[in-house]
Amino acid sequence: MRSKFPNKPLPYILLFPTLALCAIFLYYPVIQTFRLSTYRAILMGLHRKYIGFENYIRLFTSREYIHSLTITFIFAVGVVVLGLSISLAIALLANHKIRGARFYRLLLIWPYALSPAVAGSIWLFLLNPTAGVVNYFMKALFGISPDWLTSGQLALLAVTVAAMWKNLGYNIVFFLAGLQNLPGEILEAAKVDGAGPWTTFWRVTFPLLSPTTFFLLIMNLIYAFFGGFGLIMVMTEGGPNKATNLLIFNLYQDAFRFHKWGLAAAQSVILFIMVVALTLIQFRTTGRRVHYGGQ
Amino acid sequence: MAASKRSTYWYRKRLSFGFIHFGLIVTAFLISSPVLFALIKSTQTTTQIFSYPPTFAIGPAAPENYSIAWRDYHLGKLMFNTFVIAGAVTVGKTLMSLLAALALVYFDFPFKNLLFIFVLITLMMPIPVRIVPLFDLVRSFGWGNTHWALVIPFLASATGVFLFRQHFMSIPGSLVDAARVDGVGPMRFLWQILVPMSMNTVGALAVIQFVYIWNQYLWPLIIIASNEKQMIQIGLKMLTGAGPEGMLNWGVAMAGTIITMLPPLIVFLLLQEQFMRGFALAEEK
Repeated sequence: MRSKFPNKPLPYILLFPTLALCAIFLYYPVIQTFRLSTYRAILMGLHRKYIGFENYIRLFTSREYIHSLTITFIFAVGVVVLGLSISLAIALLANHKIRGARFYRLLLIWPYALSPAVAGSIWLFLLNPTAGVVNYFMKALFGISPDWLTSGQLALLAVTVAAMWKNLGYNIVFFLAGLQNLPGEILEAAKVDGAGPWTTFWRVTFPLLSPTTFFLLIMNLIYAFFGGFGLIMVMTEGGPNKATNLLIFNLYQDAFRFHKWGLAAAQSVILFIMVVALTLIQFRTTGRRVHYGGQ
Repeated sequence: MAASKRSTYWYRKRLSFGFIHFGLIVTAFLISSPVLFALIKSTQTTTQIFSYPPTFAIGPAAPENYSIAWRDYHLGKLMFNTFVIAGAVTVGKTLMSLLAALALVYFDFPFKNLLFIFVLITLMMPIPVRIVPLFDLVRSFGWGNTHWALVIPFLASATGVFLFRQHFMSIPGSLVDAARVDGVGPMRFLWQILVPMSMNTVGALAVIQFVYIWNQYLWPLIIIASNEKQMIQIGLKMLTGAGPEGMLNWGVAMAGTIITMLPPLIVFLLLQEQFMRGFALAEEK
């Protein structure tokens, strides 16, 4: 038992600012979101009318929303699968004890500090048909120069790659940390038993690393659902023809361009349910880790 | 025999280290190449940028491009705003989380764990899941289009409380006894003993918070209406939107992009040791 300070009121005073701000700016708006999702805004949001679950029914029968769900799903799978496999490969390479390891590590993780909007702006330029460099290489290597941001499927691919690239630093940090926390004796034992690097990786390293991988899987899913806004805003504004209209962008448009408050609140509730589900799964499986973000 | 075997071993080891160095250099280059490309192009004239095949040499237009981005697109002003806001939120969050963690680890009181969970649950409440009521609430306080809206709602930090609580629990409890014997009160104990022992966590948290606030997009976009009060990420959109002649000045746009990314990058590089030790490596222990 750890010894404590005996003061009675002080702990409440110390906790009060945090608790009060959580209640006012986090809990209260979330609860209001649930309530608001059962209303319809009329006259540009000046009045509202109770409509029960109608907003949800409207969303799930709307082609546009289902489309937005589908492409968000594709986007998320792309960000997760590409992002995790590439960053795991890089982390394995950077985990060797060689001279300058710390310097290399820094060179690999610094994109952590870039914002989605910055990533969007750079990729917008890279993919530009005349000034960008991607099509120069495409033409030189394959003889094609695709119009990335005017074709729907290519635009979705482009924003997926840009978002994945931006998150590589974050993933590499955690994979490296996970690799360094692995019990050295087991890896040593595998080596003594004559297991090659390939077998060691799949039979020993990868299973032992699975808590980190799973943690990153959830974090990347949450990033894909919420983190893409600035990137979409700068690169495509949801276009062409709604091909990159991710859920978060759709929510923004309904709320702040079309003033459909109730419909937007219902979309917030759906996103909230997804986050809660993902967080619970992660808590159940990897235990004490908490998803860190800016909050 | 043995000697030659050993030398082959050394030779092989050397060779594989060579491959690893080579692989790491190539990978680091590939990861960085989009930013390097942006950096080079931010120094070129429009003619150089549109030349075919593309040139990858530093151009003469850096002073012009950067000063246009800084002055004509008001990035200087936006950068100042963002600095003040990100700085205020980072300091405020750190202080509030330190106080909360002090209460949670060094005091006994009813409902302690419940209150900790109450704070922790807010991790599941990112801005988009509460955006419409938050917008109404903040405006009803009269904070619409003010910097209060960008600071006050962000001061509570579940990540901060969690990290400091975790770190404090790893510090031996005998320290409290010693402090109490010497008549040191809880606040002096926090500032003079705990904080100096927690610099890794402080640094890690500062990086996470500063980068998060600096890189925010959605909330400032909707709550701030006037351009001179706006944050820098939204300014980026003005640079990459079409210019007056419908033609984008890519050199200026990339100069602005580089300016926008620099401050969080510098904070990250300065505090990267603390970030690695206090954030990623230290957990799960």
